[in-house]
Amino acid sequence: MSQPTIKEVLLNPIFNNNPIGLQILGICSALAVTSNLKTALVMSVALTLVTGFSNLFISMVRSQIPSSIRMIVQMVIIASLVIVVDQVLKAYAFSLSKQLSVFVGLIITNCIVMGRAEAFAMQNPPVLSFFDGIGNGLGYSAMLIVLGIVRELFGAGKLMGYEIIPVINDGGWYQPNGLLLLPPSAFFLIGLFIWALRSWKREQVEKPSFKMAPQVSNKEAY
Amino acid sequence: MSSQKESTARTLTVALLVCLVCSVFVAGAAVALKPTQVDNRLLDKQRSILAIAGLGDPSMSSAQVKDMFKGTISAKLVDLQSGKFSDAKDPVTFDPLKASKDPKLSSVLKGSDDIAGIKRQERFSTVYVVEKEGQVDTLILPVRGYGLWSTLYGFIAVKGDLNTVVGMGFYQHGETPGLGGEVDNPKWKGQWPGKTLFDEDGKLAVEIVKGGIDAQSPKAVHQVDGLAGATLTSKGVDNLLKFWLGQNGFGPFIANLRAGEA
Repeated sequence: MSQPTIKEVLLNPIFNNNPIGLQILGICSALAVTSNLKTALVMSVALTLVTGFSNLFISMVRSQIPSSIRMIVQMVIIASLVIVVDQVLKAYAFSLSKQLSVFVGLIITNCIVMGRAEAFAMQNPPVLSFFDGIGNGLGYSAMLIVLGIVRELFGAGKLMGYEIIPVINDGGWYQPNGLLLLPPSAFFLIGLFIWALRSWKREQVEKPSFKMAPQVSNKEAY
Repeated sequence: MSSQKESTARTLTVALLVCLVCSVFVAGAAVALKPTQVDNRLLDKQRSILAIAGLGDPSMSSAQVKDMFKGTISAKLVDLQSGKFSDAKDPVTFDPLKASKDPKLSSVLKGSDDIAGIKRQERFSTVYVVEKEGQVDTLILPVRGYGLWSTLYGFIAVKGDLNTVVGMGFYQHGETPGLGGEVDNPKWKGQWPGKTLFDEDGKLAVEIVKGGIDAQSPKAVHQVDGLAGATLTSKGVDNLLKFWLGQNGFGPFIANLRAGEA
């Protein structure tokens, strides 16, 4: 395999190898924080930074890490970064951190961060790893922002808290779809998004891993 | 080379070094950012107290909020059992929420009393008073209780008659955005001012009702329309008001204050 370039690792994860769309990682937080665009944006920035820097630091020490404790070492570095991000949010974006604090803590267990550390940063030089982390963060962000826009616009008639479609409760004409504000709606939307992505890029369609055996008898119930 | 990298001593050294570097990093960030965070939390509370008391406007800068709070509002400590002002603690530094977890300063609520779902109640609480010419102009009481997912923390402000609501709102909660989270909606909060808490016999009458208010009914002045799609949050708000304004909450204090005996 030839050495990937910075441009490749930065842009590929957005559509060609989207962490949510293709790898189906990081779904949990994608359900939880996308009920409005603002929290989705902050979460995107936080995750992108954490993935980028955790990849950078892990890659810097990759040749020193004994393989028996490599996961724990990765985890410690990721957890430290997440705590710092949480502290910074509390200090400089207090009202947002009140809504997001729980989810920011959960970045630690976000599969994307861990996945990139193990799959990329352990084998590649620091700068390249950093951009790979940022790229995957952007892929995650792209999905979150789309979800955030759809859910907030059609669920509450607003974007970033500003009214776009006047809803009935406030004297307008639009009856908002309350389901879109609940986490399950993000499941449906992610499903639709993956469907659209794979219709556009056919090579992302996976081979079925299991095929039901044909029925032995062709007679119906006897 | 590789066998040396995998040796036990080497593994332990790496683990120790990583932990050391990371802990210094985390501790450093926490210590450096702490003053800003504490400031933020205080500011957030002061801002919501001012908003609920109908003073100032949300676009005020942090310095303006602090000045206004200092200039108009005084914090006072109340003994919830006797329902009188107390000077057992310094009201500025006393934290009722912290006290509610301290066995010495709080008590466990019996199941049937605990309608707000808070489990433990502090003995002392801090109330905020706006005074004009020595008279209570606005009284701001802290309230909290369980909604659907989370405890809602907020304040209710009443006029000098200790009956007419000036405003009600929450500064911290974790209800579903768009449904229970609509307790933050200015339109819903706009229903509160002008409602009265007690009926003519002095009984607590404020309530949240489902399905609209009949404006003809004599009770309408005590009633607030519940949140659409958030029955349990509405119920939670109803319960927490009944608890904190009732006998176990600020009920005795309000009665004393009205009689001039607080």
